[in-house]
Amino acid sequence: MLKVEGINVYYGAIHALKDLSITVNEGEIVTLIGANGAGKSTLLKTLSGLLKPKTGSVEFLDKSITNQSIQSIVKQGLIHCPEGRRVFANMSVEENLELGGYLQDSSSLPADFEKVYTTFPRLLERKKQLAGTLSGGEQQMLAMGRAMMGHPKLLLLDEPSMGLAPLLVQDIFRIIQEVNASGTTVLLVEQNAHQALKIAHRAYVLETGRVVLEGDAKELADSEEIKMAYLGH
Amino acid sequence: MKKLKLNKSFWFGIVFSLILYGIIRVLLTTGVLDDVAESTLILVCINVMLAVSLNLINGITGQFSIGHAGFMSIGAYVSAILTLNFDVPLVFALLIAGLVAALFGVLIGIPTLRLNGDYLAIATLGFGEIIRIVLLNTEYVGGASGLSGIPAETTWTIMFFFTLLTIVVINNFIRSSHGRACIAIRENEIAAEAMGINTTLYKVIAFSLGALFAGIAGGLSAHKFYVINPGSFNFLKSFEILVMVVLGGLGSTAGSILGAIVLTLLFTALQNTPELRMIIYSVILILMMIFRPKGLLGSTGLSFMKFGKKEAKPDDVISESSSS
Repeated sequence: MLKVEGINVYYGAIHALKDLSITVNEGEIVTLIGANGAGKSTLLKTLSGLLKPKTGSVEFLDKSITNQSIQSIVKQGLIHCPEGRRVFANMSVEENLELGGYLQDSSSLPADFEKVYTTFPRLLERKKQLAGTLSGGEQQMLAMGRAMMGHPKLLLLDEPSMGLAPLLVQDIFRIIQEVNASGTTVLLVEQNAHQALKIAHRAYVLETGRVVLEGDAKELADSEEIKMAYLGH
Repeated sequence: MKKLKLNKSFWFGIVFSLILYGIIRVLLTTGVLDDVAESTLILVCINVMLAVSLNLINGITGQFSIGHAGFMSIGAYVSAILTLNFDVPLVFALLIAGLVAALFGVLIGIPTLRLNGDYLAIATLGFGEIIRIVLLNTEYVGGASGLSGIPAETTWTIMFFFTLLTIVVINNFIRSSHGRACIAIRENEIAAEAMGINTTLYKVIAFSLGALFAGIAGGLSAHKFYVINPGSFNFLKSFEILVMVVLGGLGSTAGSILGAIVLTLLFTALQNTPELRMIIYSVILILMMIFRPKGLLGSTGLSFMKFGKKEAKPDDVISESSSS
């Protein structure tokens, strides 16, 4: 579904992604793990078009999206749910969701609302509330719901568990699995490697802009190397 | 996304404004309100146009621009030249002036709107000053002495209808899906971009739409006060407009209107004591910052029916169907 081949991304003089290649198959949850600064978020931003790679190619659904605009990438169903929630604080929950469906035909809105509210009943309770007044967990749900409004075929989630209480983290991961089960492929960036490896099918380990390990998530979770470096035991 | 239907509140607002217009028109013709009052009313309307259009850029789209006097001066000069040298009827001259200002808005907007916050403010401030200096050194438009003898054709009727047009167009823009996109940019540009909103496009649209009405307002002011010169469009003028917007409440059309009315009346009332004027002005601003940092009206939108009633929003239909 997604095929990234040998991309190099720079922030000015800083070489952030070095000849990086990954693939994501339809129906999978693939997780990217790695320390701060490994290039996980940079990769997601490159996929969604917020950053442009200097060399290399990105293919989505067998079509190159390497130099396409963000709008057309979003239209094709590759939706990025950015790090740090980034809800529209002075808009209501409902307005936030509506903007998530910005590029969709308005006739599909009611069904999309229905779907998001079924996945996140909490959002339905708060639909008239300003997004800025929601709790951290609710804001994360809203950010994910907003991304779902865009009919994602591939959903990029950047650190959905960041700064959330442990119980909520469990919730969020359960929801990611539900979303995946309903037919959305997920590419998940996580600091919480333990949880991420639990729900993912496959994983890539990034270090300073390169893929250093890849494979089956369960196997990686059991490997001594990963345990030492990321799981802390 | 849904297109906004013109609702009851909209028509109520129009009718209310027309009645207001009629009353003032009668008072003017019967002489209850004298020429000075008419001038003040026209000045209020010019400032309302400027404030509402700047609010679209600063308050709604969140792009901190302080070059509004630049667009105003373009409108003033273009329309004045058209009526003086080419005998173009005022209304057409104003529309052309607005379009030229909007064109400048696009030209200035495309490079500068990549900047954020302070940098954008400095760039737009610089733009305003460049326009002024260019006008100052152009023989054709009279250099430092500017243009004079501009026909004073701005009447209460013309002024009123252009002001109404400004408010209707900008307020409907804000409440359409395009306006929602602009607000999303203000709230969080990266998220807006990730949703597939073309942020550059909307910033430029907002910028040039604001410039359009600032240009028309400039033209109207030129045709009210006979004389224009580059000095009257310096950065202090830009700040004056900005203060009206901030005083009324950034992001609120009603606030901008109120801010423009309050400050213009205050300025006019204090005209005879210019020294005191700036002091009172500063004191008001300081008091505002302390007691109402969000402005007189906060960020409430403009709606005439909201007293005691929920504001009608374009998405009401959707919310009802989705909650059932």
